[in-house]
Amino acid sequence: MSPDMIPLLTKSLGETVYMVAVSMIISTIIGVPLGVLLHTTAKGQILESTALNRVIGAVVNAVRSIPFIILLVAIIPFTRLLVGTAIGTTAAMVPLVIAAIPFIGRQVETSLKEVPFGLIEAAESMGASPAQIIFRVLLPEAMPSIAAQLTTVIISLVGESAMAGAVGGGGLGDLAIRYGYQRFRPEVMIATVVILIVLVQAVQFLGGQLVKKLDKR
Amino acid sequence: MIKLSHIEKTYATENGPVTALKGIDLTIGRGEIYGIIGLSGAGKSTLIRCINMLERPTKGSVVVDGKDLTKLTSAELREARKSIGMIFQHFNLLSSATVAENVAFPLKLMGASKDHIKKRVTELLELVGLASKADQYPAQLSGGQKQRVGIARALATNPKVLLCDEATSALDPQTTKSILSLIKDINEKLHLTVVVITHEMQVIKDICTKVAVIDKGVIAEQGTVLEVFTNPQQPITKEFISVLLSNDLPAAFRGGKVSAEYVPGAYLLLRLTFIGDSADDPVLADMIRKFPDVEVTMLFGNLDQIQSVPFGRMIIGMKGEKDRVDAALSYLTERKLKEEVIGYVARHDSTLD
Repeated sequence: MSPDMIPLLTKSLGETVYMVAVSMIISTIIGVPLGVLLHTTAKGQILESTALNRVIGAVVNAVRSIPFIILLVAIIPFTRLLVGTAIGTTAAMVPLVIAAIPFIGRQVETSLKEVPFGLIEAAESMGASPAQIIFRVLLPEAMPSIAAQLTTVIISLVGESAMAGAVGGGGLGDLAIRYGYQRFRPEVMIATVVILIVLVQAVQFLGGQLVKKLDKR
Repeated sequence: MIKLSHIEKTYATENGPVTALKGIDLTIGRGEIYGIIGLSGAGKSTLIRCINMLERPTKGSVVVDGKDLTKLTSAELREARKSIGMIFQHFNLLSSATVAENVAFPLKLMGASKDHIKKRVTELLELVGLASKADQYPAQLSGGQKQRVGIARALATNPKVLLCDEATSALDPQTTKSILSLIKDINEKLHLTVVVITHEMQVIKDICTKVAVIDKGVIAEQGTVLEVFTNPQQPITKEFISVLLSNDLPAAFRGGKVSAEYVPGAYLLLRLTFIGDSADDPVLADMIRKFPDVEVTMLFGNLDQIQSVPFGRMIIGMKGEKDRVDAALSYLTERKLKEEVIGYVARHDSTLD
């Protein structure tokens, strides 16, 4: 591989990490409360509201059923409205966030479902309010599981960010397509794939370590 | 302290409404350890959850310490719950928090100061004998230790009432004993009113002062533990008691024909119950001395204590001339023993025990 590729690879890796990190942070900030809402408004839960639960559930399912590549182009007008442009790394983060929010919501909901109802009952018997139950029982108890789920979300964001790259978002996916595929430079393709593998392995390893540290069961 | 009036609870299910409680009236006095025993599905768990409104009764009122909990707003109810501690069959401890943090939990909910929390947690762990485990996580504790943490947590806010929902059902017999004696200890030390839900008569016998037997959503029988034990009225109560007190006939008589009429050569079997001082009276010895021509054989005997009152049960057989046996029987009746005539049964010695 020619030395001119090294700065290109590092720049693309930087873009990928930037895209994934920022969209992960934004979608977690919105997705975790969404997951809490999905769980606590369900039947028999502390903020039971079947109507609201059904509406949120339907929206979440709708967004999740759109293939990412379609979502990517379908929301271009919205992206342009939000960040002023439809191309570039920052613009690519809009569809990433929109796809990740309902994903995280469902994952967090699943994690919260694993918290034994007895714990909520115990907290209620001690006079805990719904907010106290959410912040002092549900979230802390589900934290190891949520960390594991979020690790999965990060990994799928790495994959989706490569797709976003294909429409001008930059990053490793963009590099692999433009140089590796369109300019017939297989060594670039291989280099990106290797970097992606290492990146995913690292995320999985760190996520696993975090879960282990959080899990006291 | 606790007064439940006409409690009804109906659940809506896919197969139509199911009534779990059908008009329960129950009064529990201050400082009592009140046992509620029932089979699974009898409604006892629903009933105890009505006392702190984890389950809202469909009808009726729940008065605890003078307050009708059914009439409170949710904020007022949360406040009232702080004076009702509860422990659970599966302990329900936070797995992500240490022993000390678990005990501190209700205090943090109240917004207590750090100093107060620290002092109180140390006190409570001392009380339940877990001071050395403060920084461990529940997963590192045994079942009995977990329940001790549960008890410490339930007591943190100085409640007036402690609800125990099958608190020993997941524990082995030895651990059960130690947890029960801890509960009794606390009841005496802190003058706490305790409500115990269980399916084990042993638990009732060991610590309760009063008992209610609940069956199919209604209270079948209630009274002091001594009354209910010595004079059970309902079949369900007898069944619970029979687990502790063998009611079977000795093998040599089992399966034989029981006759109400005198049968020459057969034994008249009697089940005798001694309560309190009568357990110390030499009634049988007197009878044997008085009726030397009646052959008396003791087939089963056991002496126990319920709430420190001696309580003995015995099965004896009497054989002899009809009028002598009758006379011996009326002698026993006069001595104010509780006796139950089983009937005349011939001994079949072919049965090997």
